[in-house]
Amino acid sequence: MVKKTLSNVYMAIIFLFLYLPILVLIVLSFNDSKTRVEWGGFTFKWYIECFQSETIMTAFATTLQITVISAVISTIIGTLAAIGISAMKARSRAFYLGSTNIPLLNADIVTGISMMLLFVKFVELGFVTVLVAHITFSIPYVILNVLPKLKQANRSTYEAALDLGASPLYAFYKVTWPEIRSGVFSGFLMAVTMSLDDFSITYFTKGAGVNTLSTMLYTELRKGIKPELYALSTILFFTVLILLLLVNYLPNRKKSTALERV
Amino acid sequence: MKRKLIVFGLLFVFAISSLSACGDDSSGTTGKRSENTLTVLNYGKYIDEDVLKQFEKETGIDIKYEEYESPEEMYTKYKAGAIDYDVICTSEYIIQKLISEGEVLEQDYSTLSNYSNLDSDILKLAQSYDPMNSYTVPYFYGTVGIVYDTTKVTEEEVSSWNCLWDKNHKNEIIMMNSVRDAFIPALKLSGYGINETSEENLREALKLLDKQFPIVYAYFVDEIGDEMISGNAHMALIYSGEAAYAMDFNENLAYTIPEEGSNLWIDSWFIPKTCQNEEAAMLFLDYLCGHEIGIANFEYVYYASPLTSVVEALDEDVRNNEAVIPSKESLTECEVFTSIDDEKTALLNHLWQELKSRTVQ
Amino acid sequence: MNKLRRQLLAGPYLVWIIGFIILPLLMILYYAFFDENGSFTLEYLSHIASPINMHAMILSLELGVAATLICLLLAYPLAMILNNLKIKNQSLVVFIFMLPMWMNFLLRILAWKLLLNKNGVLNTVLMSIGLEPVMILNTPAAVVFGMVYEYLPFMILPIYNSMARIKKDYIEAAHDLGANEIIIFFKIIIPLTLSGIISGIVMVFVPALTSFAVSELLGGGKVLLIGNVIEESFMQGMQWNAGSSLSLVLMIFVMVSMTIMNIFDKDGEGTAVW
Repeated sequence: MVKKTLSNVYMAIIFLFLYLPILVLIVLSFNDSKTRVEWGGFTFKWYIECFQSETIMTAFATTLQITVISAVISTIIGTLAAIGISAMKARSRAFYLGSTNIPLLNADIVTGISMMLLFVKFVELGFVTVLVAHITFSIPYVILNVLPKLKQANRSTYEAALDLGASPLYAFYKVTWPEIRSGVFSGFLMAVTMSLDDFSITYFTKGAGVNTLSTMLYTELRKGIKPELYALSTILFFTVLILLLLVNYLPNRKKSTALERV
Repeated sequence: MKRKLIVFGLLFVFAISSLSACGDDSSGTTGKRSENTLTVLNYGKYIDEDVLKQFEKETGIDIKYEEYESPEEMYTKYKAGAIDYDVICTSEYIIQKLISEGEVLEQDYSTLSNYSNLDSDILKLAQSYDPMNSYTVPYFYGTVGIVYDTTKVTEEEVSSWNCLWDKNHKNEIIMMNSVRDAFIPALKLSGYGINETSEENLREALKLLDKQFPIVYAYFVDEIGDEMISGNAHMALIYSGEAAYAMDFNENLAYTIPEEGSNLWIDSWFIPKTCQNEEAAMLFLDYLCGHEIGIANFEYVYYASPLTSVVEALDEDVRNNEAVIPSKESLTECEVFTSIDDEKTALLNHLWQELKSRTVQ
Repeated sequence: MNKLRRQLLAGPYLVWIIGFIILPLLMILYYAFFDENGSFTLEYLSHIASPINMHAMILSLELGVAATLICLLLAYPLAMILNNLKIKNQSLVVFIFMLPMWMNFLLRILAWKLLLNKNGVLNTVLMSIGLEPVMILNTPAAVVFGMVYEYLPFMILPIYNSMARIKKDYIEAAHDLGANEIIIFFKIIIPLTLSGIISGIVMVFVPALTSFAVSELLGGGKVLLIGNVIEESFMQGMQWNAGSSLSLVLMIFVMVSMTIMNIFDKDGEGTAVW
């Protein structure tokens, strides 16, 4: 019994450690006092200002564009690559997997700088350079999610379909796709997460006037207190909470617990 | 599985719709350079964003706006050449350096319709780095001094830069995280000018800064005002306008320039060689010199404006506030930064890193 | 024939690898070894041993190790507790501990700034109950604190995962054979979760070692980590060559430590990714 109480207390402490800052942001987002951490009455004005702030809204739009486009493109390239890699001999497979590991293992700052050095030589930094960078670091997550599914997939059913006269595309759609689908989706979701969360790589590859939420926050945080940002973080937190709960706890979660996703 | 697909579908639709909804105002950010864009590089918190919007609306020119924190950062951004800027605002000593490197385009600014609104005294001061006033248009000016909490520090204490070394205020002092500004008090106390470049003398000042390091609460730039408002420190090295902003929110704060003297700075706009749209750049600069816009920017930035009509429109107590408009004495007693060459800049940066990494010999 | 056609599907990725993974790394190598005039030099590489860089490197290692150890000490008991929870929705509880990770990390850092400020929430509470205020903001301790907060979920998850994989039979068998709790912990649980521990260490240590934003935001400009030196040499100092050579060293350092840890992490696939 004592042990159980201790466990619960410990869990509560860690829980508090993780959620206290978020709680503070939520409370302050309704606080009608700009400069001090004091309760100055309840207000919605920071939410209104948050939606009216062009800096925040533009950064939000840019973030969504980059995340969606990069996740879609990296899912396509990554899935195709995984299929290709699974059909390869050991040596070329080793080359591909080795290269795939580079952006995964490398420090973000090094990946960001290396891409910046390349881009600066040939093009002007801008939206596209950030997009290319995001695709680059997202592809490995897709590949690593799809490859194991392909390994599990039964190769002979696909060949059998071909023998029975199915076109490769039809056989892929009917036989392989259902088996790798969950891997492709979790790869996509991971690509979305990584892209949303990235700061360092975006910071080094972005051009003038291009800001994702992360880089915008970095500049704004150094400029001092802005309660609109508290409002923004509250909105983001609940959006993420609801979306994750929806994705994770809809029926048929045979293999889609939060764990596997992460 | 189907339900999951629907969620993904919704997510996707949501993202796509916001994509198209925001398509209009973000067209300037898609990396392509349309005919009518203006890429502007400015200090953080240094323009009323509504002014940018209004300019876009009135002229149909799209503005790509980018900010930086320290002049050294700006110089690097510009020199990296990764982005072609059309018009840039920065400190006088960086401009002087860029002029000498042939990076600044010469213009006949007197053709600007609002040029006569510029204070001729300030233009004269600006001639220290731009002799014919042909490279730059002054934007804001001010001094570097100390903002202090009058309930914790006496006026007498802050009459000398020595107060920043007072151990009684350990962890209550904020310094500027900007190399040349941070060196001002140390150089003045060592008896040198703020444009000192000899390594020996700089190292003497660095020793002072190193001695100060343990009692410094933090090195900030743009946060200093807010930190002082929240009462997180007793005093801070600060730009005058930032002090004026802080004093507006916290009546216990005051601003002063220690008697050893300090720095007078003038931030100006210039059109760099990389400019792709000179016409729009000139239009933008003219726009900034107008009375209404000048007032809007002044109210947002709260630094001394070189526009005569703006200063005349101020209340008397604001006009006489040293933190807002430097007095005539300050203008004569304070020094203006002059440019230093690459080698000395590298030296300063190196000394600064020595200080931060606590490896000062 | 068919197999070859399938291999071609990796074509776009091959282009991507060459263009955006290998070429950028070659750029770093180029800047690290060649000066403006394009002649080979080891000068930049030799700068690494300068006192500033060494100091920053050592400080980064110290703070990184401290953050990793604290994360491990906090995460291990939590993973055990979570694993022993006898409720139906165990994964929901785990999910709750992962959730903060999905929120932008800069916003969470901002929150800690508000909490830890001199006149911040924490001190207001402490002083109202008559305790001494804590002053850790703008010190190396604050940076470690930020890192721990930032990367704790990265430690919890792999350890929990490896723990969940331990078959209950082992523990029961050990019990039957007369082992007590302590022996079971050291002889069974720790060895079987070693791969999780190592993944966790890598996932916390590498970002902690190379971060520059946390120290910038919580260190008050007083904590110069190797990430900050690199960032400054690119964004402020115009010293791309020196920055590249430092990046190169950092890269080698990270790769080597990864390899060493991978040797221990035998069933690495999957856990090593995140």
